[in-house]
Formats: sequence, C-alpha cells, structure tokens
Amino acid sequence: MASLKEDSATAGGDQGGVRRRDFINVAAASFAGVGAVSVALPLINQMNPSADVLAEASTEVDVSAIAPGQAIKTIFRKQPLFVRHLTPEEIAAAEKVSTSELRDPQTLEERTKAGKKQWLVTMGVCTHLGCVPLGAAAGEIKGEFGGYFCPCHGSSYDTAGRIRKGPAPKNLMVPEYAFTSDTVIKVG
Amino acid sequence: MSFPWANEYKPSNAFTRYLDEKLPLPRFVYNAVGAGYPVPRNLNYFWNFGVLAGVALMVQIVSGIILAMHYAAEGTVAFASVEHIMRDVNAGWFIRYAHMNGASMFFIVVYIHIFRGLFYGSYKPPREMVWHLGLVIFLLMMATAFMGYVLPWGQMSFWGAKVITGLFGAIPLVGEPIQTWLLGGFAPDNAALNRFFSLHYLLPFVILGVIVLHIWALHIPGSSNPTGVEVKSEQDTVPFHPYYTAKDGVGVAAFFLVFATLLFFAPNFLGEPDNYIPANPMSTPANIVPEWYFWPFYAILRAFTVDFLFIPAKLLGVLAMFAAILLLFFLPWLDTSAVRSGHYRPLFRKFFWFGLIPCIVVLGYCGGSHATDGIVLISQFAAAYYFAHFLIILPLIARVETPKPLPNSITEAVLAQHATLQPAE
Repeated sequence: MASLKEDSATAGGDQGGVRRRDFINVAAASFAGVGAVSVALPLINQMNPSADVLAEASTEVDVSAIAPGQAIKTIFRKQPLFVRHLTPEEIAAAEKVSTSELRDPQTLEERTKAGKKQWLVTMGVCTHLGCVPLGAAAGEIKGEFGGYFCPCHGSSYDTAGRIRKGPAPKNLMVPEYAFTSDTVIKVG
Repeated sequence: MSFPWANEYKPSNAFTRYLDEKLPLPRFVYNAVGAGYPVPRNLNYFWNFGVLAGVALMVQIVSGIILAMHYAAEGTVAFASVEHIMRDVNAGWFIRYAHMNGASMFFIVVYIHIFRGLFYGSYKPPREMVWHLGLVIFLLMMATAFMGYVLPWGQMSFWGAKVITGLFGAIPLVGEPIQTWLLGGFAPDNAALNRFFSLHYLLPFVILGVIVLHIWALHIPGSSNPTGVEVKSEQDTVPFHPYYTAKDGVGVAAFFLVFATLLFFAPNFLGEPDNYIPANPMSTPANIVPEWYFWPFYAILRAFTVDFLFIPAKLLGVLAMFAAILLLFFLPWLDTSAVRSGHYRPLFRKFFWFGLIPCIVVLGYCGGSHATDGIVLISQFAAAYYFAHFLIILPLIARVETPKPLPNSITEAVLAQHATLQPAE
C-alpha cells in the first residue's frame, strides 16, 4: 500500500498539489457523468405523455340544442368541457362586475368570441386542484355567484366562469376554439 | 456499538460454528434483536410500536405480493380485477381486506410510534438521526399509501390522484409540466395507473431498507426509555431477548386482535363508499376526501383561502401542507430543553396533551369533513396552532420551564416506582 501511494504521489511530480493522475480522475468521472446523464434523460422523459395520448383530435360540439340558461358537459382531451348558453340576465350580471374586484381580472368579452358572448366555453376543471365544478347539469348547485361551484374546496365561479371566492387562483380556462358555423364549435 | 456488558454470541454446535465463520448472520441477529442487545429495563408498552410497525409492513408486503398476482393495472379492467379478487379469487376478499385495513393499522401504529417519540423526546441528540430516518420512512409510507389507493380505480382513487398531482401544479412556472410528467397525460389515465402500480410495488422495499438504517442508527446510542435518562450501568438494562421479545409478543397479539376485529367485522368502516364506484372523469364526488390518515394534512391544505402578497392561496396551502411534515425534521433543534422525557416536564406535558393532541384531532376532523366556511375557519385556527406549537411554544417552553428533578439512573426510577406500588412490609 505504502509504495502504491508513493507512486501516485510522484507520478506527475509536485506541481502545486496537482498531479497528472488528477486529470485522468476528472476525465474519467466526467465521461461517466455525461454517460449517466444521457442515459437518465430517456428514463425521465418516458414519464411524459406518450404519442397516442398527445395525438388527440380536436372536438366538435353542436350547440344548437342548448337553450339559454342551459349548459352541456362534453370531453376535450380526456377532461370535461363546459359549453354554456348564457341568459341576458347572466350576461348583465357578468358585465356589472368591475374587473378591479376580480382575482383574475377578465371581462366577459375577453372570455367569449366577438358577437357570441352568450356562448361561454370553458374547461370543466377547477383551477384549484382539478375537480369538476358543479353547475353545468340541470339541478346542480351553481354557487353564490350563479356560475359554477366546486364541491371539493368550495371555489365559486360567476356567470363568466371567473373565480370569485374560494382557493382557486384563476378563472376557468377558456380553451382554444372557433365557431365553424353559427351552431358548431371546434375546440382545440 | 452497544454496551460493554452485552452478552456475546456463542455458537452452540458445529454447524453454527461453521456458519459463524463463513457468514455470521446468526451473530448479527443475536446482537440486533436477540440476547446480545441490552435494552433499558423500564420500557413501557409505548415501546412496542416500533416492532408493531415492522409487523404491519410485513403484513402489507405479503398480502400485497399476493394481490399483485390477481390485479390488472389497466384503466379499463383495474376496477373489475379488484372486484374479481373480492368475488372470484379463493380467499381473495380476505387478502384484499387485510391489505386495505392493514394500511390503516400500519398508520395507527406508526402515528403512536411518532407521538411516543414526541412525548418522550426520542428525537433529541444523540438519536436525531433515528428521528430523521423515521420521518423519511413516514414520507415514503405516505407516497406508497397514496399510490396504492389509486390502484382500485374507483371514484376516490381517480379524484384523489387528480387532486394530489394537482398539488404539484401549484408550483409556479414548472408546476404544470411537472403534473403532466407525473401523470403521463393531462388527467389521470392508464399511464398514471401503471406507474403508480410499479412504484407502489417498489417503495415498500425501499421502506424496508430505510428501516434497516433506522434500527442501525438506533443501536449506536441504544434505545431511549420513559425517564429519558441514559443507561449508566449493567443493572439499568435487560437483554432484548427474552425480555422484550416476550413483551413485544403481548403487543403483537393485541395488534392482531384489533386488526382481526376491523378486518372481519368492519372491513369498510375506514374506507369511502365512493371508491366502489368506477372512476368517472366527468363527475366529481360530492366530497373528495383522502383516507383518514391524511386528514390532518388535508385540513392544513384547505385552510388557506386568501392570497398573501404575491403568493396565491393554492400555493400557500400546498407549501403549508409539506411544511407541516418537513418542520418535524428541525424538531431536535427547536426543542432545546436538556430534559428528554415529557414525564419530567410539567409545562411541556400540558401543551402536549392539551395543545398538540387536540389540535391534531381537530385538524383530522376538519380534513374529513365537507369544506364549509365554519370547518375552514376551525382548520385555520388549528393549523395556526400546529405551526405555533413547534415554532414558538416548544422553543419558549425550553427556556422558561423548570423541569422536575430527574432520577440519577433508570434503576433508581424503577425502584422508586416499585416502592410506591408495594409499600415496605
């Protein structure tokens, strides 16, 4: 052992404590490190959504059967989507609120398409922890702001799907969508 | 390690002598949990719960391995395969109920084990490493239990998975990618179910490994005891075997009595009926609640309803929930009192029994209830007390309290107690 130590200590001569063998050590460790990282990347990335999960077609929704005051639940990317036909009173209630008192300030206009502000299209996913809020189907409680109410932790949304009370930080998300005709919307 | 008066292992026949030379496993066991490990002579029944936790883990591993032989981790058949186990597999109902209630039993004994440590100051030096490894085991248990609860793919499984992975979505910027990465999709689905099954099978063996470290670290200073006074001489200790193997045997019998009562007479008492409804991504159960052992933490999560400065309420709740456990890692330095046992700390004892314990019971009750305004308000007070207890009250008590006089040795304490129980003749 003693002679081995001596060997490695004198291998590169005494140059301020740096030995030639240090270069080999650093190079070997770096090489193994880069190799380990490049193997770890696919091992981590396999957890991300696979191609079949990502390859989800957009959804078309026919809204002609939804009467004012009614809403439907449908599925977009394996998550609930709410399409709601607002009544004039609900539109008025949403427009009466000044954006300065909102947690996530947005007007009803910003959350709907031009000239179609009676159609409120949002994800049915509470922005708190992802529950499905109540208020879309007939007979479900709509919460104290007349929109949606999340039963999990008590978040209340108004008639524009904006967060008004409870722990949720954001308004219900409005997905990317467009009217392909007067009565059909294409989501995604 | 251990004390100089510990019994030495003496192989009794030619075979054990041979084995001792080639692979001294019997010697190792003898020194770890046999007659070669001297233990304070005054341990009460609260010291049974470490062994009971080990027994509970074994029950979970054995029943779990069997369940995995019949279970299918695939979104469309997972629920049906659990019902298949319940109805068709021979004794399947027994094994599945044992696993389900075994999880509750595991948490019951581990919570008592943790509170034993909190009351008797087992977390204090020189055993702080034992405490930290114990907390690591607790965190692993929570992760394992959560993922196991998802596997039957009922309503609570699905929505529990959605809510808990949603917690990670609260992290600024990277939250949503992390959530998607954890789930392998935008909502819990087949990918999530499969990886949870894989990890649920793996983690118990990781727990087993950390338990080995936990016991290893414990055996360096040796077990603590109800007086909190360290072992001073041979007369303070008795060998683990047969004294504590026998005492633990009594505890194990009592454990199985309670376990069997739960398993055979009220197997669904601690569960949620909603989990017998197949997972439905379109409909949230009226009240999403986790299993009872997570209720106190769930109450802390829900206690935050308003934004503070620039931090949204959701993130605050998540941070507080994790902080409630991570806080315990700092306990050895928060409670600076030199006296370990709550037995000799009058003020500490009052705050333990009338502060901390009711606070956790109230948090548990709130966490299991529907989140009405009143329940949230109560959770807020209880959560505030929880943090105040560890961050303010314990450090203050350590400064102002006058502890009762400690006995000079474990033996002196035992003999004094003996004298009061049996007056001199």
